[in-house]
Amino acid sequence: MTSQNTAVPTARKPLDLRSLLDNWAMLMAAVGIFVLCTLLIDNFLSPLNMRGLGLAISTTGIAACTMLYCLASGHFDLSVGSVIACAGVVAAIVMRDTDSVLLGIGAALLMGLVVGLINGIVIAKLRVNALITTLATMQIVRGLAYIFANGKAVGVSQDGFFVFGNGQLFGVPVPILITILCFLFFGWLLNYTTYGRNTMAIGGNPEAALLAGVNVDRTKIIIFAVHGVIGALAGVILASRMTSGQPMIGQGFELTVISACVLGGVSLSGGVGMIRHVIAGVLILAIIENAMNLKNIDTFYQYVIRGSILLLAVVIDRMKQR
Amino acid sequence: MHAQQKQPDNTGASLCFNGIGKAFPGVKALDGISFSAHPGQVHGLMGENGAGKSTLLKILGGAYVPSTGSVQIGAHTMAFKCAADSIASGVAVIHQELHLVPEMSVAENLFLGHLPASFGLINRSALRQQALACLKGLADEIDPQEKVGRLSLGQRQLVEIAKALSRGAHVIAFDEPTSSLSAREIDRLMAIIGRLRNEGKVVLYVSHRMEEVFRICNAVTVFKDGRYVRTFEDMSTLTHDQLVTCMVGRDIQDIYDYRPRERGAVALKVNGLLGPGLREPVSFEVRQGEILGLFGLVGAGRTELLRLLGGLERNSAGSLELCGDALRLRSPRDAIDAGILLCPEDRKKEGIVPLSSVAENINISARSAHSRFGWLLRGGWEKDNAATQIKALKVKTPTAAQKIMYLSGGNQQKAILGRWLSMPMKVLLLDEPTRGIDIGAKAEIYQIIHDLAARGIAVIVVSSDLMEVMGISDRILVLCEGAMRGEMSREHANESNLLQMALPRQRAASQGN
Repeated sequence: MTSQNTAVPTARKPLDLRSLLDNWAMLMAAVGIFVLCTLLIDNFLSPLNMRGLGLAISTTGIAACTMLYCLASGHFDLSVGSVIACAGVVAAIVMRDTDSVLLGIGAALLMGLVVGLINGIVIAKLRVNALITTLATMQIVRGLAYIFANGKAVGVSQDGFFVFGNGQLFGVPVPILITILCFLFFGWLLNYTTYGRNTMAIGGNPEAALLAGVNVDRTKIIIFAVHGVIGALAGVILASRMTSGQPMIGQGFELTVISACVLGGVSLSGGVGMIRHVIAGVLILAIIENAMNLKNIDTFYQYVIRGSILLLAVVIDRMKQR
Repeated sequence: MHAQQKQPDNTGASLCFNGIGKAFPGVKALDGISFSAHPGQVHGLMGENGAGKSTLLKILGGAYVPSTGSVQIGAHTMAFKCAADSIASGVAVIHQELHLVPEMSVAENLFLGHLPASFGLINRSALRQQALACLKGLADEIDPQEKVGRLSLGQRQLVEIAKALSRGAHVIAFDEPTSSLSAREIDRLMAIIGRLRNEGKVVLYVSHRMEEVFRICNAVTVFKDGRYVRTFEDMSTLTHDQLVTCMVGRDIQDIYDYRPRERGAVALKVNGLLGPGLREPVSFEVRQGEILGLFGLVGAGRTELLRLLGGLERNSAGSLELCGDALRLRSPRDAIDAGILLCPEDRKKEGIVPLSSVAENINISARSAHSRFGWLLRGGWEKDNAATQIKALKVKTPTAAQKIMYLSGGNQQKAILGRWLSMPMKVLLLDEPTRGIDIGAKAEIYQIIHDLAARGIAVIVVSSDLMEVMGISDRILVLCEGAMRGEMSREHANESNLLQMALPRQRAASQGN
């Protein structure tokens, strides 16, 4: 017994180093790119640019935290870009009509929750494919945002609201602080709660998770509901930065978020994902975009470059699995 | 028949393995394997799991390139770089997982890769004719237009064999071909293999099942730990025990290690249960400390019955009583909360979360009861419980953090048992607990089952392995085609009366059923 089985486990011993590299490689790459940009690009490290970079990370970063859960459970959510726009519009309208910042934000988050619940229930209970479900809600919510806003941006005049987007604490913009808090919280949630572990199990093998007693449907619904709320939070912060709710904002944002996650190493097929993957992916995408802007690279070329980076990342990921 | 690709004329050629070695990072899966298989013979390959049989077949099939040595057919040394090379040289490997496209028709599957076509347009009638010619004598009842997904497993295998023959295969290797076949399908397969042998093909036959090897093979080669042990050329003088001893490398006593036990009150009572897969209401009871075997052929409804008891399916009629209290199951969680725990048949598909660690796989079910507020994990408990179960069940893994997919089947099964041993348990449902597990690990799992029963847990074991059912059960229920056929005490059960009950009665006139 001992002799015949030792072969399998010991065979994987050398992989520990590799898995360590797998886990941290993208984060190291992000740091590497950062250092490279610092050395090669003037003004990259300037406080103004760092602030801009941080803000660019914030919206993607917040939404990517919960997209991680969708991906880890073997699904994804395309409606998040629309939720961001609609949340800003809803917040702006409710504040205009009630003059209450709290009510405005509450309404926006509630809207996100409802969209998330609908996504979750349709996917988990009615077993509809996540692609179709969220493609549909993406369009519905986008349409609603335009309808609510009458097709135009809705201005906000409550000063209290601008704290979220433009406030500072110890010199650090509030959106960046909220992003860091999200990274910490959702990273912790994934590793130290039954909810987080169940999410990974569902993505890794839904049938085994069900047989092991995991409430698969409920967990999925929670994943999408939380994602809806966090998407709306990102929308509120964006609206606060823009000082208005804009129904046309965030088109294609869902793809940026998914790209960031996958670039960092989250698996599209579920069961693999860590918060450091998300952080790495968000950082790399944002730094490269920032560098391209500083270098005045044409937007058209930027698309090509961003797409190529994503393609390269997934090809590398694929090759690692061989 | 149809236009074949250029085939080397292999008639009368032997298959030789010359010092085949295969190394994966950190492990030698095969080391210096040399033996020959001759035309007109069925050559058995035996060995415990991990012995290297499957690796050798993968080399033969072109999926792996050997690190050392070569494969020789007749006078030609082969250098297979990919599956296509191997096929072109007249080799066909029929794998455990069949390589067919379920959504496509039988005919399309047979000629996938070289469909009869002119200018890219498929010639439907030629396709049908060629498919019929292929299936003739093998499986005449199969309609070439049928989707493969609608065929039984046995029929799919025949399609695979027909595909191999249509490509002019001279060497045909079977990897555990009978693992999911019914007795009748096995008979048919054996007849076909016998025919291939008589036609002068080289047949390699990998199986765990002794009786099949003795039934069909003309020679047997035994592997152990990736090394060649010995080839028995004369099956008539070979005994069952000799072969097992050679495989295990030591004498095995009674691996079932049955010990009589005290039985307590009725743990689970099933009254007239009906549900998907059951044709007639099923009633039985199982006592605390009792090991109840459920025997039946594939399709008898054994797995379906366990799925009902495990809360995976809803019953349409009937009721359950657990320790005297009525029980309704709406989900696996209900069953788990009640203390009815199910180890599923398909470990890979339904048992393990492959990418997660051994510890995760053990702790997944019990953890919510041990977490703060039911959701905040206690690191200490997580670590201790995994370590305890790994130790108690002798799960062989370098660390608890190892991904479970890297463990052998037996150790995965033990980890799943560890998952349930972390929970309060009243009834344990085991569906084919030792399928695909080597003899050493089997004995350990039987030991665990006995220990659990001795602790007063009611155990229901589903198995298609007759020896296993008879070896471990106190009492055996036999199912046939979705209905309960009868019950047999340990003392009265033997192979023939169990099989008699399990076989569908087509000439049912004499029976009062």
